[in-house]
Amino acid sequence: MNIAVCVKQIPDPAVPGELDPESKTLKREGKLILDESDSYGVEMALQLVDKTGGGEVTLVSMAPNNEVSGLRTALAMGAAKAVLVSDPALAGSDALSTAKVLAKAVERAGGIDLVLAATESTDGYTGTVPAQMAQLLDWPSLTFAKHVEVGEGKLTIQRQTEAGYDTVESSLPAVVSVTAGVVEPRYPSFKGIMAAKNKPVDECTVADLGLSPDDVGWKGARQEIVNVAAAPAREAGEKIEDDGSAHERIVEFLEQLKVI
Amino acid sequence: MGLSKVWVYAEADGPKPHSSTLEILTKARELGDSVEAVFVGGDADSFAAPLGEYGATTLHAADPGDALAGVVGAATLTALVTAHQPDLILFAQTYDGRDAVGRLSAALDRPVVTNGTGLSVDGDRVVVQTAIFGGNTIVDTAFTGPGPHLAVIRPKSFPAEPSGGSPATVEKVDAVDAGRAGEATVLERHVEEREGPKLEDAEVVVSGGRGLGSAEAYEPLVEELAKLLKGASGASRAIVDAGWVPYAKQVGQTGKVVKPKLYVALGISGATQHLVGMKGSDNILAINKDGEAPIFSIADLGVVGDVHKVVPKLIEAIKAKQ
Ligand SMILES: Cc1cc2nc3c(=O)[nH]c(=O)nc-3n(C[C@H](O)[C@H](O)[C@H](O)COP(=O)(O)OP(=O)(O)OC[C@H]3O[C@@H](n4cnc5c(N)ncnc54)[C@H](O)[C@@H]3O)c2cc1C
Repeated sequence: MNIAVCVKQIPDPAVPGELDPESKTLKREGKLILDESDSYGVEMALQLVDKTGGGEVTLVSMAPNNEVSGLRTALAMGAAKAVLVSDPALAGSDALSTAKVLAKAVERAGGIDLVLAATESTDGYTGTVPAQMAQLLDWPSLTFAKHVEVGEGKLTIQRQTEAGYDTVESSLPAVVSVTAGVVEPRYPSFKGIMAAKNKPVDECTVADLGLSPDDVGWKGARQEIVNVAAAPAREAGEKIEDDGSAHERIVEFLEQLKVI
Repeated sequence: MGLSKVWVYAEADGPKPHSSTLEILTKARELGDSVEAVFVGGDADSFAAPLGEYGATTLHAADPGDALAGVVGAATLTALVTAHQPDLILFAQTYDGRDAVGRLSAALDRPVVTNGTGLSVDGDRVVVQTAIFGGNTIVDTAFTGPGPHLAVIRPKSFPAEPSGGSPATVEKVDAVDAGRAGEATVLERHVEEREGPKLEDAEVVVSGGRGLGSAEAYEPLVEELAKLLKGASGASRAIVDAGWVPYAKQVGQTGKVVKPKLYVALGISGATQHLVGMKGSDNILAINKDGEAPIFSIADLGVVGDVHKVVPKLIEAIKAKQ
């Protein structure tokens, strides 16, 4: 089966985030890396293609500049190729614009049976893109999957719920969002990293997808940031080193709060 | 001032309305002249009274059968919006809420703002507040296009207060066509067992993190202390991903939001994604062997120590008192 995986290239989350004072959006300067949340989808896709004995994994991604370093990581894991929508018009895109672009990128890849995505990205975490894409493609959306199995023309997942999980079945093609930890992502091998350098990345623009620049970016978002303020900080209280009697101070604290 | 029509996407928690639904209904009353709810699930009639009590005058209801509730919710709303033209539709940040708003947003071609923690209306301008960088920074976003505006609100953002309204009028919506999305069906629902109070409702929450060292330490340290304090047990994502405890226990950005009277963090570093799920707690107690752990910056009582040494003694001391 042919699987498309949505991947996002993000600034290193270990580096504290900053807002651009002009545009009031997250700064995305410097090197971008593969969002760790997407590595689960990539791994899942590679395993499903193996199990079903054929087909390939295509990455779909968008970026305002033609950044590929994060894509190379996913290609090094074993994805066959990528569609990268790269266009300055994409700057400021919201979740719906992103979904429009990625849905078109899936169509451009062609012959896709299944789209995998993370439940949300690490940096933006709006968490609606998979369902939005599915609606635009008129495909079923199976979200928050913690287990995925594919059979002849159909798919079964365990969907996370507040109380436990639901077993959900669907026809294909479909969009599935997978939770972190659903599989153990592989580390790219040296051979994989070398091979990734020559794997095809189909770079295209918003216009190539048949979308208008007004559908995406600042204009497409139809929202504006009207204020940014520091949240009232929560103060640290008392801090003690355990010298073997810290439990006594804790008991006092619990008594004060009347929880014991 | 206010908007004329505010709608709330209502959800069930077993036989009762979900606490998040009541929270956003309470807020909706402040924002709109009329408040109506849309409910997708079985036995809508039994929700007319509780939702009415929190301000919904009409309850538009559809039964999803074994289809996905969020998918049917989006299709139902798409049909209703054309006929009724609400100005603003509010969703809770839940699994089904996110499914419904995602599909609806694409079907109507309207943007959606998620992770809302506050809402205000200024003239006909709707502003959604979100917290970023682990809650350090508050961003206000206004919709600039035509409505209906779609906003998704994180649980526990508003208090739930009844208005004493009479039962909502139930208007059943006949089976709507969800297109190919309707081909996804629920075969089986699996409910995980839970002892003690619900994580989101508990007065005391005791959570464990990677600092516990192993899955085996969770029961004697975290569960035991939670039980003694009549609280619920929670977890950081690190130990959920590691498979030590089920996802239902996860606290944080991608887990539950809790605001108990007391939150106890055992061997949890305090990553921003964890903090957004618990920093609204009245009191925070943290035990961590690393004095530099970020959790200490928000703890009312921070104990620099080994959970394997401090917690067993604490449990003994509490038992001795009782
Ligand atoms: C998109 C995204 C969403 C996320 N959502 C969530 C979420 O919802 N919830 C969440 O929790 N995380 C979430 N995370 C993960 C988060 O970034 C952290 O990785 C996670 O919270 C760390 O868990 P931890 O504190 O248990 O582990 P660690 O960060 O590894 O911390 C373990 C701590 O235990 C201490 N320790 C070790 N041994 C002992 C001992 N014997 N006694 C006492 N202390 C000890 C250490 O000093 C350390 O501070 C998310 C991450 C991303 C990218």
